[in-house]
Amino acid sequence: MSDVTRAYRRRTTGGVLTTLTWLLALAFFFPVAWMAATAFKQENQAASDPPTWFFTPTLDQFRAVIEGGSGVYVANSAIATGVSTVLVLLLGIPAAYALSIRPVEKVSDVLFFFISTKMLPVVAVIVPIYVVAGQLKVLDNIWTLVVLYTAMNLPIAVWMMRSFFLEVPGEVLEAASVDGAGLMRTLRSVLIPMVAPGIAATALICVIFSWNEFFFALNLTASRAATVPVLIVSTMTSEGLFLARLCAAALLASLPVIIAGWVAQKQLVRGLSMGAIK
Amino acid sequence: MRAPATAATAAAALALSGCAGAGAVGGDDGEQIVVAIVSNPQMQDAISLQDEFRAAHPGVDVRFVSLPENEARAKITASVATGGGEFDVVMISNYETPMWAENGWIENLQPYIDATEGYDTEDFVPSVREALSRDGDMYSVPFYGESSFLAYRADLFEEAGLEMPAHPTWDEVRDLAAELNDPAEDFSGICLRGLAGWGEVMAPMSTAINTFGGGWFDEDWNATLDSPESREAIETYVDTVRSSGQPGAATSGFGDCLTRFAQGQSAMWYDATSMVSSVEDPSSSTVAGKVGYAPAPVADTESAGWLYSWSLAIPSTSEHKDAAWDFVSWMTNKEYIRLVGDTIGWERVPPGSRLSTYEIPEYAEVSEAYADATLESMGGATQEAAMTHPVPYPGIQFVGIPEFQDLGTRVGQQMSAAIAGQVTVDEAIAQSQRYAETVAETYRAQEGK
Amino acid sequence: MSTSTIDRLESSRRAARASASERSISKAEGWRRRGPLLPALIFTVIVTQLPFLVTIWYSLRSQNLLRPGEDLFVGLSNYVDIAQDSTFRQTALNSVVITLGCVLVAMVLGIVLALLLDRPFFGRGVARTMLITPFLVMPVATSVLWSVALLNPTYGLLNWTLGLFGIEAVDWTSTYPIIAILMALVWQWTPFMMLLVLAGLQAQAKDVLEAASVDGAGPWRTFRSITLPHLRRYIELGVLLGVIYVVNTFDQIYLMTAGGPGTASANLPFYIYQRAFLGFDIGQAAAMGVVVVIATIIVASAALRLIFRSFEVKE
Repeated sequence: MSDVTRAYRRRTTGGVLTTLTWLLALAFFFPVAWMAATAFKQENQAASDPPTWFFTPTLDQFRAVIEGGSGVYVANSAIATGVSTVLVLLLGIPAAYALSIRPVEKVSDVLFFFISTKMLPVVAVIVPIYVVAGQLKVLDNIWTLVVLYTAMNLPIAVWMMRSFFLEVPGEVLEAASVDGAGLMRTLRSVLIPMVAPGIAATALICVIFSWNEFFFALNLTASRAATVPVLIVSTMTSEGLFLARLCAAALLASLPVIIAGWVAQKQLVRGLSMGAIK
Repeated sequence: MRAPATAATAAAALALSGCAGAGAVGGDDGEQIVVAIVSNPQMQDAISLQDEFRAAHPGVDVRFVSLPENEARAKITASVATGGGEFDVVMISNYETPMWAENGWIENLQPYIDATEGYDTEDFVPSVREALSRDGDMYSVPFYGESSFLAYRADLFEEAGLEMPAHPTWDEVRDLAAELNDPAEDFSGICLRGLAGWGEVMAPMSTAINTFGGGWFDEDWNATLDSPESREAIETYVDTVRSSGQPGAATSGFGDCLTRFAQGQSAMWYDATSMVSSVEDPSSSTVAGKVGYAPAPVADTESAGWLYSWSLAIPSTSEHKDAAWDFVSWMTNKEYIRLVGDTIGWERVPPGSRLSTYEIPEYAEVSEAYADATLESMGGATQEAAMTHPVPYPGIQFVGIPEFQDLGTRVGQQMSAAIAGQVTVDEAIAQSQRYAETVAETYRAQEGK
Repeated sequence: MSTSTIDRLESSRRAARASASERSISKAEGWRRRGPLLPALIFTVIVTQLPFLVTIWYSLRSQNLLRPGEDLFVGLSNYVDIAQDSTFRQTALNSVVITLGCVLVAMVLGIVLALLLDRPFFGRGVARTMLITPFLVMPVATSVLWSVALLNPTYGLLNWTLGLFGIEAVDWTSTYPIIAILMALVWQWTPFMMLLVLAGLQAQAKDVLEAASVDGAGPWRTFRSITLPHLRRYIELGVLLGVIYVVNTFDQIYLMTAGGPGTASANLPFYIYQRAFLGFDIGQAAAMGVVVVIATIIVASAALRLIFRSFEVKE
């Protein structure tokens, strides 16, 4: 086979693979695009047979969602997500340090304990939680969600950040300890800058999971602490059409996380590849 | 477990928040009440009219929690049963009201009613008022009431030279559905609920069971879902929906049937009378004005329709009962009906709660096609008219005992599976009978005591 | 769990990192090391373990919230009921099918997509952006979107598309409820797997691949003998995290099929939820929770041991 035909064949295969990639990307993206399109429809266009492909876009649904007082929900989601993510990092970074760089005894047991808390079904304990929270008068309180989301994300964050820390070359840390730097200083000036992409990836994953969390939000909040996923569900009704309204609410609700994910996707890949698993 | 709260969690939460009940206490001088309602269209209208309430009651700040029926019911029940205390006003139905009143979970509203001038309880539809009262006192007040009836496409019936009988029987409905069914054109003869759930498939199916002379339990608390009468009703229902019903019947509830019927893809639909507000709304329905309404299909009784009412109650745990009553009475009095009619539209008025609604000329005009059918169905929605024999529990399409939510849903799952063809009707009945018998045992034991 | 395996692994790591004197840690040093760990550990223990103890207590009682005044100690009778409950077994099986089905299919798709994305082509960034989006959108919204807009038998897009090819309408959520749920789940989780594998691919030393190519190894052989072993740890992490999250799936089942028809598509979390929030049978629901927790710990220990072993081979 001559080099020319080989190069030609490689080019054709490349073309086929590129086309395939694009087809798959479009297929995966399509439901989101459809959701976005539906958000600009009237309700009877949203549930029509055959599907409505061409229509005059309307902002009615968005207007209804925004004027329906969605501000409180967004503010609650922002608090629950933001504060819990910060707390996860504050608690998780020292813990990850203690499980990697200057490890305690029985590291594997501690890691196993953390991860085991993630495997247990939340539904199994929701009733006791509800009853206890009711007695303590912390139902419908955003700080209850903050605490729960912190506990929900902490185990995974510790695992991820520990593996990033393990990637840090030993010499760097030895140099720092020779300098006599304490824990906080070592963390702040040496470690954290080196694993910043990993921490960013961890934070993003925490943000995604707490922003999208539905089960606790549904069961433990009412009016004051309700978050965005509850708003989405409350646009549903068993009597009447709701798809267009729901899509508008879902689009607005997902935008912050979608944008964050799009912007930070390189960080995510770099962060995950840096430590992935050790 | 993922992340439950506890005493310590809660303490941490409080510490973090700096002040207990963070953000809960508004800085304004007024009282704040939290209202939990079901997110059906009429309730959403009430939310959109909240400024009117604020104008009349400047001291009361209302916050709404509006969720779909299942979520709302689970949440409200959990809150009221455990004394969670998040809500000052809750929307419940004639299923919960008598039981909760007996448990002391909700306030007796009669003193409030008596102290409110012009709040005419005699004006409530009698069958509804009866269902929401205990010893003559009302414990919840109706926002709207519904029965069930049969909607049919009058235009298509005429085209096909068919006639809807004045009091159709299930056999006649089955034949008509078969005649008009046209799966090749994606057009079904009838829409019937098949979604698992005591408030879904079991509502219309229970009315069929009643009118065939069957029932859930007999007077001595024996489960009778496998009696010949019950069996005939279940077979008729399942057979009708399987042979001439909508595709996806086993997962379709009210909303799916509404979509299908409103898009002109079904000839008949047996469901709640409240369907009219969507079916007759030209902006969401392509069949508005083409629909006729007949009473619920019967077999051995004179009527068969169910009785259901979304009503407002005040949990005993509420700390703002007077403000809560201000809101409850605003949302259920005669003026509210006029307010909706004048500001939103007369077809959007919550039906089936007050007799006076039907005397308003504007409403009579828009509701001409269905007002009589609705009132007639609601009038006939009593156990005496819809059942062949007495039963030891309240309710028509449900059994008014606490276990029923669970029992009804389990039986509904069986029926739904039968409609999907995953089990046979016989298997579904046998399994359902076992579920019902387990519940029946505890009641027989109590009676024996 | 195989503490010995991991201990060996850990000690070898420690040995590589620190001086020999650190093997025998002094008491003071021990607490200095534990210090940074304690806040996170104590927080997690309090927030997650106390409610579990409450759950165990509830599981020994017969209490129905809807019948106030009935609250009895019944010993293990709730557990006996579970042992006789065929629905519980069926939903347990569904849990396994849904979890494994989703994680495996998503992983295979994720590997394929990651390989496709790991080569330069026009618009790669845009394609990657489109592919990760399903993971970012709120599952509550996408569940409804799937069941109402895409899989609805009457006006769903999937049936409409199939109709273009002359395939008859399929009633997805009632005829194939588990497959319908899997579609939504796989769609959501494939991007996550893809990101992890992509991270692994980009961490791969390029010179090894070049050497292989110079040696005349074909792309398939290079993939099997070099890339796949390198990816193994990333794949295992993906499977582990995937299982942890998917086994607790609630949103999709709740909103797409409500566990139906019948209980055909209910998984354990959904079934327990129904016992708790429809039956309000607190004792039963708590006992089921305890059983699930114990079963999960057994399965999880086995899975984790497997993963740790593979690390040891690696080291």
